[in-house]
This record gives sequence, structure tokens and C-alpha cells, in this order.
Amino acid sequence: MAGITLRGLTKDYPGGVRALDALALEIADGEFFALLGPSGCGKTTLLRTIAGLETATRGSVHIGDADVTRLPPGRRDVGMVFQDYALFPHMTVTDNIAYPLRIKKRGRAERHEAAAGVASSLGLDGLLRRRPGELSGGQQQRVALARAMAARPRVFLLDEPLSNLDARLRLEARTFLKRLQRELGVTTVFVTHDQAEALAMADRMAVMEAGRVRQVGTPAEVFRRPASLFVASFIGSTPMNLLPGRVRGEHVVLGEETVLPLPEGTRGTLADGDEVVYGIRPEYLDFLQDTTGAGKGTFTGRVAVVENLGSSSLVTLEAAGGLVHVVVGEGREPAAGDRGRARPRAGRALLFRNGGLVNGGGDAMTESAAMGERPG
Amino acid sequence: MSGGHGASAVRETLRRIGLATFVSALLGFFSLPLLWLAFAPFDAGPELTASLPEFTLRNFEVLLDNPYALASLRNSVLLAAGTAALVVASAALAAYALSRVRVPGRDALLYALLLLSSIITGTAAMVPVFLLAFNLNLIDSRLGVILVLTGGLLPTAIFILKDFTDATPPSYEEAARVFGASPFQVLRHVVAPVIRPGLATVTVWTVAQVWGDFLMPFLLLRNPDKAPASVIMYTFYTEGGQPNLALISTFSLLYSLPVVAMYLFVSRRYGFRFHGGIKR
Repeated sequence: MAGITLRGLTKDYPGGVRALDALALEIADGEFFALLGPSGCGKTTLLRTIAGLETATRGSVHIGDADVTRLPPGRRDVGMVFQDYALFPHMTVTDNIAYPLRIKKRGRAERHEAAAGVASSLGLDGLLRRRPGELSGGQQQRVALARAMAARPRVFLLDEPLSNLDARLRLEARTFLKRLQRELGVTTVFVTHDQAEALAMADRMAVMEAGRVRQVGTPAEVFRRPASLFVASFIGSTPMNLLPGRVRGEHVVLGEETVLPLPEGTRGTLADGDEVVYGIRPEYLDFLQDTTGAGKGTFTGRVAVVENLGSSSLVTLEAAGGLVHVVVGEGREPAAGDRGRARPRAGRALLFRNGGLVNGGGDAMTESAAMGERPG
Repeated sequence: MSGGHGASAVRETLRRIGLATFVSALLGFFSLPLLWLAFAPFDAGPELTASLPEFTLRNFEVLLDNPYALASLRNSVLLAAGTAALVVASAALAAYALSRVRVPGRDALLYALLLLSSIITGTAAMVPVFLLAFNLNLIDSRLGVILVLTGGLLPTAIFILKDFTDATPPSYEEAARVFGASPFQVLRHVVAPVIRPGLATVTVWTVAQVWGDFLMPFLLLRNPDKAPASVIMYTFYTEGGQPNLALISTFSLLYSLPVVAMYLFVSRRYGFRFHGGIKR
């Protein structure tokens, strides 16, 4: 068991592309850690650098107490699951799982026994003599996991472990992976571009953009207190409402008529006339059908679109400050063309200035928020 | 109307007859030499025509009496095996390197080699190849023939194998490396088995090429004890200068059997199947 420490990690590719930019990160022992970001943000390069498949241009990688920056992948004691699983097509399931032990020159009997043990713990009994081509996607994923586990490494690295599964299987595999990681207690880093996956599985996560870590925190922290506009817009299955405005006294003015009180924890840090972005998640807006007292502390306007999300609906409101999305509970949906208001719930509104977060949102998350570096 | 219909039916019949005649002629053209190869060796009086034999095994006695016949087949095997081993090993390494390392002008280099390779073992380069072998003291050496043939076949072999190495996902090799495999182990455990159909293809192709090659061994080998079958067959004349058909027919049969056997063996053993994805 071991934690992972990255310091000043930089990776330059020939041709001037900088995939990682002086990146620092601390992953605790036994943690289930997600690297999240849009494609091209460097998350896979980071994972491959930890594995040793890429060599860092500058900076260091420590696993446990050992500096592994210059060690080849095979001597870092990591197990890796690749996005395409990379199962050897000419070997049976047993031989695939036992491959790390074959490299370690263990005897045939010992290898097969170990492989059978790991396979059985992942529900792969009965498939041992098959070849990867004869397995379903979910089975292939579990064989890849079993192979990574076989040599009992100190760290697991998973590259987009769920992206090759179909949607229903993905949910199952999510639960399975999370439970497996908890049982094994091995430090695990996984890469994903799907924010829902990171929120659902990770103990902590790093949101990456352009080779840098924009924010590190628990899923709850990152969801409720996104450190920057980028993180705010990237996290959440329904994107956060982000509306430009201006500070006036105790209020934020968005457009002509929408005047909202300053969110908690922002007073004193702002001056009159400051240009800000007001952020509120669609889930944290209450929809009201009456339009009395329009503009005072609410977004008011005509309902443009109503999208059914199953147990709720996403309502698009044409408010004075711009389009506002509101999640409305079952049975209370307005019809398109109705007028209505949306009121931010207390303590949920966020204010961004120069792309960075100004307030803490006022909820109980302020204590341990490990903030990443802020841009600008 | 019915007259027009009848005319088109006649035309259709004539078309079919024409097609059948053409196909029969074509089939006959290709099958006659094969029939000759099957019948002549067992014929008491072999001629240059295919006819049902007056069965005898005496022709094979003539073959066994010839001092060079069987030795030449052994020489052919040595040349073919040596060249195949060298071509497959070098081509596999070169193809692997070329598909994994980005070199500027890689494809141009490959195409240029491919173009030039037909010259190396061709008639045009006869004199320079001879002089080169002479200066390297490789005249009358099997190694010399193997090296020249390898040089001529290598570009095409690399070209074929590179298709196979290109189709092998790098993640296979990375997975092996993460588990601690050395570069040689990666090659032996992962790359070679995955491109095995390609290796089999190249082996069969190389053996067939060397087996049938006449010019290079004829040019570079002096001693008839070292000459392969393709060259020795050229010496099977009677004292009167007539082709010795008893000898030639039996020898031809023995000469073609190993190649046929190899095709059957390889296609059964390695059968150009695909791994992964497709069920077997």
C-alpha cells in the first residue's frame, strides 16, 4: 500500500505540445482518486507518467517513499487497466491473468492457482479456458482487472475503465469497481472524461484543464464549490447557470430587471461596479408559477422549453439576464409559454470574478476545501 | 414476337456453348502439365505428352542412380530454410521497429526499397552481384546465395509484416511492460504470437521464392555438389543431348511435393485465422 506524490510534473512532447504543466498532486494511501477533464487535458498522460509509460520532462513521481521518476514501468509495482483492456488475444483467460506472475518467474502451478483465485473473486469461474475474443465487454473488463490484481501491486491505475461498456453495464460496473476498491483498499487512480462517473466513484478527484489541475477535492466539494468557471461549467449533469452581471451595493444586477442579493460570504470582498458571473445550479432553483414581485430576488420570464428528465423536468426560462435552466419536480412542470419565476435557494448561489470563485457558497463545505490553483 | 424470342434463346445457347468451350480450353491448358507431372514419372516410356502410363517405378531407380539429384533437393532445403529464417527474423524486427518508431521519410524509404528489391535478385544486377560476392569471398558459398536472396526478398517481407505489426495495438505491449516484461519478452510473448499469421505467410512465401529461384544459385555456386534442385534439373540430358524425360519427370514430381506439403501443413497449422473479436 502506498500513496502517490507528484511534484512539479511537466511533460513536453516534441513539437512543443505541453501535456502536463508543473503539476503537483498528493494522492493518499488507499484512496480512490479520479482524474477528470475534457479530452486533451493531459489526464491520460498523467496516468501514463505515473505508470512509467511516459517519462516526465521535469518533476518527480513518488510511490510510497520511493522516487520512481526514472524507473521503468515494470519496477514501479503498479497494476494497470487499459481503456481497450489490452488483453492478449492469443492467451486464455488464465494465461492472461497469470501473465504478471509469469514475468516474475513463478512456477506454472502457482501461477494457475493464483489466477484461479483472483478470477473466482471477480466472478470469472468457468471462463478460465476461454480467449478474450469469446468474452463480453464486461467480462473482458473483469479479466483486465484480475490481471492487474494478480501480482498484488501497491497502486492500481485505470484508464477510462468504463468507457468501453454500454450504458446499462456501466452503472453496474461503477458499483462493482467502487466495492472492489473498498475491499482491496489499494490506492487507485482512474481517468475519466465523464463527470458523473468521477462524482459517483471517487473518494477525491482532480479536475484538469490544459495540463494543470484546476481543483482537487471530494466530489461534494467540487460539485458545491467549483473553484473556477471552468470547473463550474464542467461538473454537473445539467450545466450550471452562469450569468454575467455587475455588483451594485448589496446586490448583483443581471441584465435590466433581474436583481439578486449578493450570495453569503461575498460581502466586503467586492466593490461597486465589479463585473462578476452569477452561478446557480438548475437543481438549486425553486420554480414559482406566480409572478408577483417580479425581479426582486428571482429570475422572471417566459417558459421557453420544457424537457422531461424522467422523475423531473428541465425548464428553460427566458429571464432578463439570459436563459436560466431550472429543474422542476414531477407534477409541477409549467407548460411552454407560461410565465414564472425561479428563486435561488439560500446558500447555493456562487459568485465568480475573473474566472475564480469569490464565495464559499455559505454551506457547510467551507472547512476542508482543498483548493487547486486558480487561473488568472 | 415469338420469332424474336426464339432468336434470343438461340443466342443464349450459343453464348453458353462459347463460354463452356473457352473454360474447357483454359482448364485443359493448365491441367495438362499437371497431368503430365502425375503420369509421366510412372510411365515406362515418358514423352512430352500426357497419356495414361504404362505403370512402372523404374524411373525412380534412374533418379536414385543420379549422383546429384537427391543431394540437390537437400541443398534446396538448406537454402530455403536458411533464407526463410533470416528473412522472417530480420523482417519481423524491422517491421516492428518501422511501425513503432516515427522516422521522417519512413514510407518513402520503404517504397524505394520495395522498388529496388526486384533489381537486386534480377538479371539486371547479375554482374554487380557476382563481383560483390567475388570480392567478399562468397563465391561457391551457400551463405552467399542466402544473403543475396535475403536482400532481395526482405523489402517485400517487411512490407507484408508491417501491415500486421501496424494492426497490433500498442496497448498490448504497454500492458506487458507495466507487468515488468523486458523488450525481448514483449516481442516473444506478445508481438510474435499476435502477428503469427503474418510470420507464417512470409515463411511460406520466402520458401516458395527460394525453391523456384534459378539465377542466383546458378550464378554464385560453382560446385555441382552445392547446387539446388532448380539448377541441377538443368543438367538432366542424355549423352545425345536430348532431355532425359525419365529423370526430369520423376525429379519434377519430387521437386514440387515439398512445396505442396508445406502449403497444406501451414494452412492447417496456422490457417490464416484471426485472433480476438472473431470466434473460432
